Amino acid sequence: MSGVRVLVGTRKGAFVLTADAKRERWDVSGPLFSGWEIYHLKGAPTEPNRLYASQATGWFGQVIQRSDDGGETWEPVGNEFAYEGVPGTHQWYDGTPHPWEFARVWHLEPSLTDPDTVYAGVEDAALFRSTDGGRTWHELPGLRQHGSGPFWQPGAGGLCLHTIIQDPTSPERLFVAISSAGAFRTDDGCRTWRPINRGLHSEQIPDPTAEVGHCVHRLAMHPSRPHVLFMQKHWDVMRSDDAGDTWREVSGNLPSDFGFPIEVHAHEPETIYVVPIKNDSEHYPPDGKLRVYRSRTGGGEWEALTQGLPQRDCYVNVLRDAMAVDSLDACGVYFGTTGGQVYASADAGNTWTAIVRDLPAVLSVEVQTLP
Amino acid sequence: MIRVVLPAHLRKLARVGREVSLDVTAPVTLRAVLDVLEAGYPMLRGTIRDHATQERRPFVRFFACEDDWSHESPDAALPEAIATGTEPLLIVGAMAGG
Repeated sequence: MSGVRVLVGTRKGAFVLTADAKRERWDVSGPLFSGWEIYHLKGAPTEPNRLYASQATGWFGQVIQRSDDGGETWEPVGNEFAYEGVPGTHQWYDGTPHPWEFARVWHLEPSLTDPDTVYAGVEDAALFRSTDGGRTWHELPGLRQHGSGPFWQPGAGGLCLHTIIQDPTSPERLFVAISSAGAFRTDDGCRTWRPINRGLHSEQIPDPTAEVGHCVHRLAMHPSRPHVLFMQKHWDVMRSDDAGDTWREVSGNLPSDFGFPIEVHAHEPETIYVVPIKNDSEHYPPDGKLRVYRSRTGGGEWEALTQGLPQRDCYVNVLRDAMAVDSLDACGVYFGTTGGQVYASADAGNTWTAIVRDLPAVLSVEVQTLP
Repeated sequence: MIRVVLPAHLRKLARVGREVSLDVTAPVTLRAVLDVLEAGYPMLRGTIRDHATQERRPFVRFFACEDDWSHESPDAALPEAIATGTEPLLIVGAMAGG
């Protein structure tokens, strides 16, 4: 019988939540790597029991863990992330040059075709790749060195490369997003990159329509339509119908267009989800009501999904990598909060239940749909 | 044999007990001890000192015979009691909250 495995990264360890296809009764295991920050875990699409995890602390730095048995056992693999050549500088918060320094891996994206190939998005922003199951890592320097790198500036969470999306129809094409530099695309297998931020408008930078400098919080894509991208920016929910060449705002009737995650329904490419947050300093839902907003029109028109979610006195945040969908017939939607709850909906967001309520602050949520 | 006490998180990462014993060729220095430690437990590479610069990570401290060796040269000879295994070298996560 099919089922789901939810991989949850938190401030103090990882947790694995499993259920059958009904998604009613959950088994919770963990914490794995207890006491360490787990920014992200993700499984390889072609080999679901191959999992990668990013484990870090301020004391002992970065560790990458790999599992070949669906998370039962783990092996530390390579943790050396060395920038190619002389790293140079990006901008610091005050606009002065600051040397590129590796801090941590924010996001791991296994290849769509090879379980031993995995991409890593790191802070300070760069893209790395391993082709030996995580044992060794090499920077793909064309991104950081394409020209705008010296002008990138960190967001409040650091200068992080947090989103990596592979185009399933064009293996040479990848999309990445960096806070706060913007979105970028390669069409030649990561050799060359270009910013894809035309149409973004950010009042927080000197030139609101600059080519780079936008604080893109998250990108999402449905694999059946890789030219359609959705973006949750610092402020504004955006949409592109030309693989990022141009963007238009689709915030519509959202109560706030600030937020972090954005996701696409597994079977309906025009159905998308966001979690509005009050503003850039008050990182909690408007009015103390935790509401997921769903658009069935690819943005513009949004409906609040509230059933089963706290509708008073709720002041948690949902971080950019903390929302995911499964691909069962009734699409499941999942998200984790900084208050330690992981909510699940087995009916595309109509109703929600908390799988767990008291984990450490949730940094990331990924879902595997298992045969 | 040189005795090294690891902090709890690194013990778990290396899958060892509180203390490990290392065969270190004289002269017994911090660098020599860490080289042998990392050779025997490669998962510890990068967790105590930087991969490239070999500098101590900021929140890691080295204590020997009740003295703080964190700021000493990595090539200075450690105390005789460490070299003979009478006392362990302590690798400690700095007291920094969290």
